[in-house]
Amino acid sequence: MELFNSIIVILDATLRNATPLIFAALAGMFSERSGIVNIALEGKILISAFFGASAAYYFGSPWMGLLAGVLSSVVFAQLHAFATVTHNGDHVVSGLAINILAAGLTAAVGNYWFSQGGNTPNLAFGDTQARFTPITLPFADQLADVPIIGGIYSELISGHYLLVYLAFAAVPLCWYILFRTRFGLRVRAVGENPHAVDTAGISVAKTRYLALLMTGILVGFAGVYLSVAVTAQFSPNMSAGKGYMALAALIFGKWRPRTAMQACLLFGLLEAIAIRSQGAVFLGVEVPVQLVEATPYILTVVLLGGFIGRSVAPKVIGEPYVKERS
Amino acid sequence: MKGMFKVAAATAVAGAVLVAGCSSDSEEEQSASFSPAVIYDTAGKFDKSFNEAVFRNGVEEFNADNEDITVSEFEPQNEEQREQGLRRLASNGNSPIVSVGFNFSSSVEKVAAEFPDTQFAIIDSVVDLPNVQSIVFAEHQGSFLVGALAAMASENGAVGFVGGMDIPLIRKFACGFEQGAKYVNGDIEYFENMTGSTPAAFADPARGSELAKSQISQGADVIFAAAGGTGIGVYQAAADEGIYAIGVDSNQNYLQPGTMLTSMVKRVGVAAYQTWEEGQSGEWEGGIKVLDLSAGGVDWALDEFNQDLIQPAWEERMAQIRQAIIDGEIEVYDYTTTGSCDI
Repeated sequence: MELFNSIIVILDATLRNATPLIFAALAGMFSERSGIVNIALEGKILISAFFGASAAYYFGSPWMGLLAGVLSSVVFAQLHAFATVTHNGDHVVSGLAINILAAGLTAAVGNYWFSQGGNTPNLAFGDTQARFTPITLPFADQLADVPIIGGIYSELISGHYLLVYLAFAAVPLCWYILFRTRFGLRVRAVGENPHAVDTAGISVAKTRYLALLMTGILVGFAGVYLSVAVTAQFSPNMSAGKGYMALAALIFGKWRPRTAMQACLLFGLLEAIAIRSQGAVFLGVEVPVQLVEATPYILTVVLLGGFIGRSVAPKVIGEPYVKERS
Repeated sequence: MKGMFKVAAATAVAGAVLVAGCSSDSEEEQSASFSPAVIYDTAGKFDKSFNEAVFRNGVEEFNADNEDITVSEFEPQNEEQREQGLRRLASNGNSPIVSVGFNFSSSVEKVAAEFPDTQFAIIDSVVDLPNVQSIVFAEHQGSFLVGALAAMASENGAVGFVGGMDIPLIRKFACGFEQGAKYVNGDIEYFENMTGSTPAAFADPARGSELAKSQISQGADVIFAAAGGTGIGVYQAAADEGIYAIGVDSNQNYLQPGTMLTSMVKRVGVAAYQTWEEGQSGEWEGGIKVLDLSAGGVDWALDEFNQDLIQPAWEERMAQIRQAIIDGEIEVYDYTTTGSCDI
């Protein structure tokens, strides 16, 4: 029973850790499938976390925070599209510029607005309740004492933030959009053979702008989850590399929604285990904290090293589409 | 590529604004003969903790007490600006210059050697130069006190510690806390987690929240966070789960009233104030300055936000323990003397 409980607790933490990664990985999927390398996920998470928390505080409502967070990351995604699609800019360089801009802008504007060293005020303090609160599913309290089922349902499945459930709902939804709609077909086509798409009379630029719109919306949820739900406050650089982890998960998941989600869950699980195994004694030696925290990255490198079959990128990823060369 | 230039230009402008914003303070007081200065750590002036304590109890007080003097301030935005900022303050004729935090060790060592006539002070670290005053605190004693209180308040008989970056200084907090908890309750269960091994570990509230939840799930019902900005996530998680948390450095009781049991205060602001005062009166001297419990350098915080949480019996016992440490009846082991916590 002890073991069962610790497994439930670890899986519970896995869901919390994986949520921002899933949103960001799905976001990256739309842009990369359309042929645009998205190293800027990190910056977009940060910008939506900041504007989400600021709006939630200003309006006293987490929903306004969600709206503002998503809008801000959409603006940044469109900026990215402007650089890479309209002006055929280098995807990685412009993405990196967005990351740098986001890190500086959030800290500077935050300091100007709130004078708290770039932090936003606490969203769950006194009369201010501008934060998403965990949701208790029906019958969770009644079932809590039932063995096994209570643990799985009341602890693991119930009691998460709304955004956690949304992340898992977004996976089949994104699959449907990408693989069962005309828009999805076009997104995939411009990432594989934009000339054919152009010949068929469909605008490559418009399709890529729309794909980055999807990216902006989805990645906005990731940022808002961090600042408006988990910590109830924005603090500078709080994205802490989650955008890059999501990108790794996307590649690891072969640019497909379900497998990307599984990769996110694996990374979330590794982090949960890393946190709980700190200070654990293994073969008579205390496991060093540095090793524990590096584990997800080491495993990513090992796994990407070719032990999971081939991961094939969209064909024209990173190449600007030029109609004809003169 | 046109779009790229626009992005690059916007970035450059944002960067320029940042640089301009943080350097303007240092140029104000060039003419005055006595111009004290402070350089904060990258966590920022308003981190609700360490740096803010220097600002509120040091800078603001000193400015209020000396109407014609303004303490010059510098807030580095990244690692590279530490040394630049220090050099800039020194070349502007500021002295004494207080650098907040152990992260300044190498920068102070370098810049103080370049400006032998300027007085430097560094908090939480020791730099062995004649024109540097190294201010260190007996964190182990303060942590012992809050550890004792944590053990009194814990109903489950389990307490936790969340540290920021894994460095000897943070281990010193942890070790003192563990000793205090075990002094009150020998059978207490003790959990310890470090957030990471880079300075970023002091600014990761999401991970702080996750670490706290992990300890709570194992039974901990009082958690002490010595983790800078990461602590905010710990306090939030404690408030959400309805358990007690203990703040650090400045009095953080007000952050989550009702679930903040107490704070281990380090009077860094007072220390900075004293340094400037000594500089003003000409009594300043270099060397190591240890501020322990008896000197009022560290303590546990009791104010209107946590008064209702502290039972009278606990308060009485805390006063006894506090006196016993001052009198030397309780000897708190200092992690940094041997680099281990064998208690």
